Amino acid sequence: MSNPYVPNTDADRRAMLERIGVASVDALFDDIPAHCRNPGLTLPPALSEMELARELAQMAARNRSIAETPCFLGAGAYRHFIPSVVDYVIRQGAFATAYTPYQPEISQGTLQSIFEFQSLVCELTGMDVANAGMYDGASALAEACLMAVRITGRERLALLSTVNPSYQRVVRTYAEGHALPVDVMTPDDPALSEKHACLVVQQPNFFGYLEDVEELERRAHAAGALYIVVPEPMSLGMFRPPGEYGADIVVAEGQPLGVPLSFGGPYVGLFATRREHIRQMPGRLVGQTKDVDGRTGYVLTLQTREQHIRRERATSNICTNEQLCALAATVYLCALGKQGLRRVAELCYHKAHYAADRIAALNRYSLPLTGTFFQEFVVRCPRPPREVNAALLERGIIGGLDVSKQIDGGMLLCVTEMNGREEVDHLVDALSEIGA
Amino acid sequence: MSDGERRDMGSKLSFGRGRPGRTAVTLPDCDVPLAEMPSPSLLRDDLPLPEMSQPEIVRYFTNLACLNYSVDTGFYPLGSCTMKYNPKLHEDLARLPGFAVVHPLQPVETVQGALALMHELQGFLSEITGMHAVSLAPAAGAHGELTSILTVRAYLEHRGESRHKVLVPDSAHGTNLATVSTAGFQCLAIASDARGNTDLAALAEALDEDVAALMLTLPNTLGLFDQNIVQIAQMVHETGAQLYCDGANLNALLGQVKIGDLGFDVVQMNLHKTFSTPHGGGGPGAGPVAVKAHLAPFLPSPVVGQAANGAYVFEEPEHSIGKVGAFHGNFGIMVRAYAYIRSLGAPGLREVSENAVLNANYLLACLREAYDLPYERRCLHEVVFSGSRQRAKGVHTSDVAKRLIDYGFHPPTVYFPLIVDEALMIEPTETESKETLDAFCAAMLAIAREAEEEPELLRSAPHDAPLRRLDEAGAARHPVLRWQREDQA
Repeated sequence: MSNPYVPNTDADRRAMLERIGVASVDALFDDIPAHCRNPGLTLPPALSEMELARELAQMAARNRSIAETPCFLGAGAYRHFIPSVVDYVIRQGAFATAYTPYQPEISQGTLQSIFEFQSLVCELTGMDVANAGMYDGASALAEACLMAVRITGRERLALLSTVNPSYQRVVRTYAEGHALPVDVMTPDDPALSEKHACLVVQQPNFFGYLEDVEELERRAHAAGALYIVVPEPMSLGMFRPPGEYGADIVVAEGQPLGVPLSFGGPYVGLFATRREHIRQMPGRLVGQTKDVDGRTGYVLTLQTREQHIRRERATSNICTNEQLCALAATVYLCALGKQGLRRVAELCYHKAHYAADRIAALNRYSLPLTGTFFQEFVVRCPRPPREVNAALLERGIIGGLDVSKQIDGGMLLCVTEMNGREEVDHLVDALSEIGA
Repeated sequence: MSDGERRDMGSKLSFGRGRPGRTAVTLPDCDVPLAEMPSPSLLRDDLPLPEMSQPEIVRYFTNLACLNYSVDTGFYPLGSCTMKYNPKLHEDLARLPGFAVVHPLQPVETVQGALALMHELQGFLSEITGMHAVSLAPAAGAHGELTSILTVRAYLEHRGESRHKVLVPDSAHGTNLATVSTAGFQCLAIASDARGNTDLAALAEALDEDVAALMLTLPNTLGLFDQNIVQIAQMVHETGAQLYCDGANLNALLGQVKIGDLGFDVVQMNLHKTFSTPHGGGGPGAGPVAVKAHLAPFLPSPVVGQAANGAYVFEEPEHSIGKVGAFHGNFGIMVRAYAYIRSLGAPGLREVSENAVLNANYLLACLREAYDLPYERRCLHEVVFSGSRQRAKGVHTSDVAKRLIDYGFHPPTVYFPLIVDEALMIEPTETESKETLDAFCAAMLAIAREAEEEPELLRSAPHDAPLRRLDEAGAARHPVLRWQREDQA
């Protein structure tokens, strides 16, 4: 035996085959066409647990972890401090190795924690209802656009040009199936018409700055379009939630709330809306109820929206809620709580402003955008940002995202509570040298 | 926790547990000069989050975990979900700082280890499925289904063909049909025949120039290998349509047959099932897509390639359908699946399919005297029974399921596939011992006897769970979907 996860011994197998009434395990596969049977797989030889641990540690070491390297990247994925209680909880086998809570009597742990998640997302966004989670922020946005099409019966989508370009691409992929045109609009004067199902606004926008969300709300609703807002969840620790400025659907990337960067996934999409739109929502929902003895419990509910019941007429084909990531966000929000989340948001705000002020004061660097920003901002570099980043990397710093295609000489920098003052000072000194 | 406390967990949420002023985390002082705060009109007044200390949080969530049934605590034969044991080393590996603390937009020269892993995994999955190219971008099985159908759509459009229908057997997962709609196609159901295979006459009738693809789960949701597969592939391709495999049940086929050799053009895999990453109470998983060469230029962005100098790079296929997620897919899940394949090698993977199929057939042999078998055939990785005999006594499959909880087992999947009356879909997986299977069979046989002699015992089950049956109808009629503050209630 080379598989440590298979308990059957040869004796077990013989006994089982006898009971089944076949001579060999091979005979159980007789339905497979003979010409395709037993193809043989060319794969590396099996590794023992010890060898595997060593091999993967070596692979991991070939990556530059930003646990050691100062990094100023954001653009949709953010490094924040994750308290140990988060991983402690999500590693518990009873959470990690359970599945979709189809049997509520023995799944209350998962169900109640989803109910907590839904409640916390509602509080954070200021919305009436939230679902149990989506794949990530980008696909949640695509689903929100399809939902707006279902609700309004209109067949054009409108996105501001300041929405994360990667999110724009995902929306286009999903829109392609339904041949929905996607119009990209300027934030100053979005040219909405009665054909648009929605207006999508990111807050703060991709470049880190706040949009005039109240004016945009008026524009969207004047055109009869749904107002979809994509907030950065940490910013909601201090800034007004979209529920207060008229959002109809709110989607967000939940990663900043206690989920490790993990090179881009797994993450969890947050999805919230107004009560009247519940039945058009995609994804899983948990509701509170009672058992036959009158005790409070939780169940999957309003499942007639979902694929396993409604099949081709479901609101989405999604069949997951990225539960372990949603659980991480739940524990994170409980752990930081009312005071802590605000404090982390403010730390990000102050540190980002400190960095921006210092860089703006450097010779040949400037801040091309004006307005209020949270933890990200764009710096105009004296050399192509690609070259600046390469020079930063030589100095042991991972710089920002090159956005020079959108903003001349632009580099999008992000500073969170994880970037200490000495890291920021080091970045500023390096930029000064590189720009000289 | 006492029994009483356990049963009352649901009445108190985090919001009601702490006290104002408590926190579970200390944070550093601000080490930079404070900036001017934004205008108060931009700031929120209140942030209504729980206020709990660290011990309260740990105890609350640990006690919640105790209310869950899981693979780590017992036998979880949830059909079509492949609830196998999840290796613990892989959890450590995915958390190595070189994997977990890496930003997705880092310069590629700083993430060569991650790209090497993805590149190798693409190769392993191509080899296992007999396909030519792989995209790791989809975040889940259903996401992989959608990616596959959009890829087919882009391929056909590129050839100047506009086809509007996708065929799906009546035994299919609901995700297949919902995927077809989400991808903008019209869905057409194909009947199954008396042996549980695709009905060839029905297929012939449905196939025409307007059909873009046939979506086939293999083995199908009855746990059966479609004996008509060779003819099906031929018929589908003759009309210019594509043959798609829902690879949700790939666990049964590892090393036995390659999907591509059977004539499939595209297959999605569920890494969390076949390659044993934890199901997490409902994700995260990952749903890579493998395709034949003709579909490769249409795969979503990015795929990992290798430059002439050996460096790994992200590439965008020439006619890519675009992006399906914000970044490159669920990398943390890829690490676990990669580790699984490396730890088992080809012989170990073959032992997976052999023992999964052996275990399922053993259950079939042990239980067929007590439960009806709708298709008189041996099965592959899972066996589907019908509870029709029990229903004649006024006991439903859901009652059998709930009674299993009293015997200490997670119930099988019930009422699916839809074409089996009172379906009980049992998937043991390869990671269960004969002793466990025997104990499960003893319970199932005892329940079958109880159904005859004491049916009320089943109808009122479970008797020994944290909660008893819950009012699901009431939950849907009057949805309470969030915590309400007292001033809002």
